[in-house]
Amino acid sequence: MASEEPMFDPSLKKRKKKQVAFSEDPLGAETDPTTPAPATIDDTTANGDAVDMGPTTMHEQMKQNGITGEDEEEGEKKEDDEFKAMFGDLKKKKKKKDIPLDLPDDNSGTSTPTAAPAAPEDLDFSDLKKKKKSTKKKAALDMEAFEKELNEAKAKDAEEDEGGDEAMGDVDEVELGDDPFTRGETAISLDAGNEPWLKSDRDYTYQELLQRFYAQLHASNPALLNSAGKRYTIAPPQIMREGNKKSIFANVSDICKRMHRQPEHVIQYMFAEMGTTGSVDGSGRLVIKGRFQQKQIEHVLRRYIVEYVTCKTCKSPDTLLTKENRIFFMSCESCGSRRSVNTIKTGFQAQVGRRSRNKTG
Amino acid sequence: MSVQNLNTFDPFADEGDPLGNNADVGSQQNYIHIRIQQRNGRKTLTTLQGLPKEYDAKKLLKAFKKEFACNGTLVDDEEAGQVIQLQGDQRLKISNFLVEEGLPRNSIKIHGF
Repeated sequence: MASEEPMFDPSLKKRKKKQVAFSEDPLGAETDPTTPAPATIDDTTANGDAVDMGPTTMHEQMKQNGITGEDEEEGEKKEDDEFKAMFGDLKKKKKKKDIPLDLPDDNSGTSTPTAAPAAPEDLDFSDLKKKKKSTKKKAALDMEAFEKELNEAKAKDAEEDEGGDEAMGDVDEVELGDDPFTRGETAISLDAGNEPWLKSDRDYTYQELLQRFYAQLHASNPALLNSAGKRYTIAPPQIMREGNKKSIFANVSDICKRMHRQPEHVIQYMFAEMGTTGSVDGSGRLVIKGRFQQKQIEHVLRRYIVEYVTCKTCKSPDTLLTKENRIFFMSCESCGSRRSVNTIKTGFQAQVGRRSRNKTG
Repeated sequence: MSVQNLNTFDPFADEGDPLGNNADVGSQQNYIHIRIQQRNGRKTLTTLQGLPKEYDAKKLLKAFKKEFACNGTLVDDEEAGQVIQLQGDQRLKISNFLVEEGLPRNSIKIHGF
């Protein structure tokens, strides 16, 4: 969805950190226990087309990076061998600096500086704590220069990806491009009691405290990084053709139940989006005027989920839609955020078919 | 008497919606909507609604028709104002065209299946 593409603004970074951890049970108590709880919303359609589900949260990124990082470690290990020989005890920390697999190539050039300045200078120090301190300070000093580099890289990315069809995709990549930087720092300040501000008079910065928080959070809850069951699936829509000009969407009520939404709302959205009309037949199936394939319906449903089901803050599908004086509000069950959602508007409908048929009304 | 420095600052005040800046919720005024409608068989119709006032719809239509090699017309609607109708599925082409002409991509909304 091109319209949802956020521009490259500083708020992106901020938003990433704002999300709140949410509970394990994605569907809540009302779920029918007989049907197995669906586990994931895939980023791809049945045909394998990539569909963006909005920007990823930090947790998801960490999860992804955690997974991809494993594979990549093998390759990185050889490069790291020299480092290890020099650092010995720091081994553990250095590993975390691995660059995620899915980064574009030119980004790796920008993320190496985090590791690079640390390496040569630290060789002479024998004291481990001192090393840490200096790396940290170095990082802080380099902050501005590095930020500049990052921005340049971002601009480069933006230019390169301009031609791409998936507008959202490159935003995600840029966000990931930010990531190695922050995580690299997290790895440095992992140990409690070694925070750099303890050794000096200066105050701790927000960044440092935030990293400390995440480091401790993930240290005490390793499950946060690799817990499955947060994502969920919905059954693929079953589409049949009725006659020549109508399609039947058979499992609409089932899908609405999975999403915890009123079928009326879903149907209204679908009709507005597809520019058509239809009705619900006796057995609860939706009859849509016009020929539609499963892929097309799935695409519309995906956009409905992005817009009206998943929480914009924490990406949890565990939300409630309530109507308060003509405005719909979506409140998240897991993080408690509440926001209004767009009203469904049909917009301009062009005259299709014979005019005489419509004159009756 | 009001002294500005004595005003209390609420650190927990809601600092607003992080998404609120780029997508104003609830109002659809600023969007350019590109929709598609099915006709007979595999024919379709693309409509473009909500074009900003500073663009000449007539000239744009002419450019569209030439660029996409399709026919089209300008319809006056009571609610939507001037709407450009084009034959066939031209949604992505319209979007790319408008973005290349310098319209922000996030002001364009593509609807349909």
